[in-house]
Amino acid sequence: MKPLSRMVQSVPASGIRRFFDLVAEMDDVISLGVGEPDFVTPWRVREAAIWSLEKGYTTYTSNYGLLELRIEIARKHQERYGQDYDPAREILVTVGVSEALDTAFRALLDPGDEVLIPEPCYVSYGPCVQFAGGTVVPVPCRAASGFRVSAEDVAAQITPRTKAILLSYPSNPTGATMDREGLQQIVDLAVAHDLYLVSDEIYDRLSYDAPHISVASLPGAADRTILLNGFSKAYAMTGWRIGYACAPAHVIEVMMKIHQYTMLCAPITAQLGALEALRRGDRDAAEMVADYDRRRRLFVRGLNDLGLDCPLPGGAFYAFPSVERTGLDAETFAERLLQEQRVLVVPGPVFGEGGVGHIRCCYATATDKLTEALRRMQTFISSL
Amino acid sequence: MNELRNSVLRILERDARETPERIAAMLGAPEESVREVIAECEQYGMIRAYRTRIDWEKAGEPRVFAFLDVAATPERGTGYDRIAERIYRYPEVHSVYLVSGSQDLRVVVEGRTIQEVANFVAEKVATIDGVRGTTTHFLLKKYKDDGDLFVDDAPDRRLAVTP
Repeated sequence: MKPLSRMVQSVPASGIRRFFDLVAEMDDVISLGVGEPDFVTPWRVREAAIWSLEKGYTTYTSNYGLLELRIEIARKHQERYGQDYDPAREILVTVGVSEALDTAFRALLDPGDEVLIPEPCYVSYGPCVQFAGGTVVPVPCRAASGFRVSAEDVAAQITPRTKAILLSYPSNPTGATMDREGLQQIVDLAVAHDLYLVSDEIYDRLSYDAPHISVASLPGAADRTILLNGFSKAYAMTGWRIGYACAPAHVIEVMMKIHQYTMLCAPITAQLGALEALRRGDRDAAEMVADYDRRRRLFVRGLNDLGLDCPLPGGAFYAFPSVERTGLDAETFAERLLQEQRVLVVPGPVFGEGGVGHIRCCYATATDKLTEALRRMQTFISSL
Repeated sequence: MNELRNSVLRILERDARETPERIAAMLGAPEESVREVIAECEQYGMIRAYRTRIDWEKAGEPRVFAFLDVAATPERGTGYDRIAERIYRYPEVHSVYLVSGSQDLRVVVEGRTIQEVANFVAEKVATIDGVRGTTTHFLLKKYKDDGDLFVDDAPDRRLAVTP
C-alpha cells in the first residue's frame, strides 16, 4: 500500500502514551499525571444540559456558536480584563481549546512559516503547528527564571519567516505566570516585527497570587492576538469539549471558514452547559480555585521538604519540581517512582527540552491522596 | 487578621482534623499565627464544637430522627426564648431553630425508636405552656447532612495520564 502522510508520520507520538500503558497493569496507583480537575462539573451546569436535552435542544447552532453564549463570553472578558469583543464578529465557539488551537494555526500559517513556542509547554502546540504546515521554533525557558519566557530569548529566534508567537500562561506544565511587564515586552516585539500572538489562557481563573493579565488587553496586542480559552479547567468541564477563540473580526472570519467545514459547530448541549457556567457558575468556580490554592501550598511545601526544589507556582494546578538532587534523570525518576511506589508523575522532557530534570505533578487531587503521594515519594527518595 | 481567621475557619469547617501545621502550609501563613487564631476562635465561641459526622445506619446502630414543627405563642419581653429553652435543654433535642412561616420553632429530635420520639413529643414538648401545636415528620432517609453526602458519590473517572 501507499504510505500514509509523511508530514503526519514525522510528528512524534506523545511521550505520555508510554506511562499510560505502564499504569494500565497496576493497582493502587495515586496518579498525579492527569491534566484535569478532580471535581465533576458543577451540578447546576449538568442540570442545565439535562434540561436542554429534555426540551429538545438537539440541533446545529450558528457556526460561530450560540449568540447568547458569545454575549456571555464577551461580558466575561469585559468584566475581568476590560477587553471588548464584538459577540457577533470577534468570537468563535469551538470544540475545546484544542480545536481553537488547530484552527488558529491553520488560519495563520503557510508552509514554512515559523511559530515561536516557549518550552516546556503543553504537548499539542508543536504538532498543531506542524499539521498546519508550519515550523516549530522552540524558545527554551529556564527554571532559574521561573519558566517565564524572556523577550530576549524570543527576539533571538525571530527570522523573516516568523509568523507568530505562542503564549500560554498560566502554564501547563510549569504553573508559571507572567507579570504585566514581561508580557508587554513580548507584545512590543510582536508589534515591532509584525507577528501574531496566539495566547492560550485556559488556566486564567487558576491564578492564585496576582490577577491574571489577558494578553489581548495589553496596549498594541488586541489587533494581532488570537485569544484561546474554554471551560475545561475553571468549571471542571474537560469532557464537554467546549472552548472559544476571540480575535479581530478578519481573523475569526478565516477561522470560522475552517471550523464551518470541519466541525460545523460545537455541540449544542455543551454550549448550553457553558452558558449556564458563565451565567451562574462563578461561585462554583471560586470554590474550586480556593481549594486548588490550599492544595498548591500544602503540596509544594511537601515537595520542598523532600528535597525536590519547587518554587511556588503562581497558576494552573501543576507543580514542576526539580529531581536533580536525587541524581536521577526525570524519566528514570518517574518510571521508578511508578514501579516502586505506585505514584504517577510525568517526566518534564515530555513537554520540551526545558523540562529536563523536572517532573510534572498535578495537585488537582484530594489532600489525603496528596499527603499519601508525598509519603510514598519520601520512601522512594530515601531508598535511593 | 480577620481574613486569615476566616480562611482557617473555612478549612476547619470542612475537616476538623486538619492540624495547625497543615493549615499553615495550605494558607502560606506562620504556624504560630494559625494556632493563635484557633485559640482565639475557641475562646470567643466562634468555634462552637469539633464533631464527627457518623452514618449510624452503616455502623449498625440506626437512630430515629424527627423534624418537629412547633407553633408557639410568643411572650412579652422574651418572645420565643423561654419556650425554646424548655425544648433545647433536653439531650434528645439536636437542634432548635426559630423560623419564619406558619410554624415558629423547627426542632430536630433523636431517639432509639419511633415510639420513644413520639412519646417525647407528646409528653415533653406538646405540654409546654405556650405551645399551641406540633407536627412531627420522621426522617426516612438521609441523603445529605450539613453539606456531607450520605449516599456514595461518583467515583473518580479520570484517566490516569492526560496531557
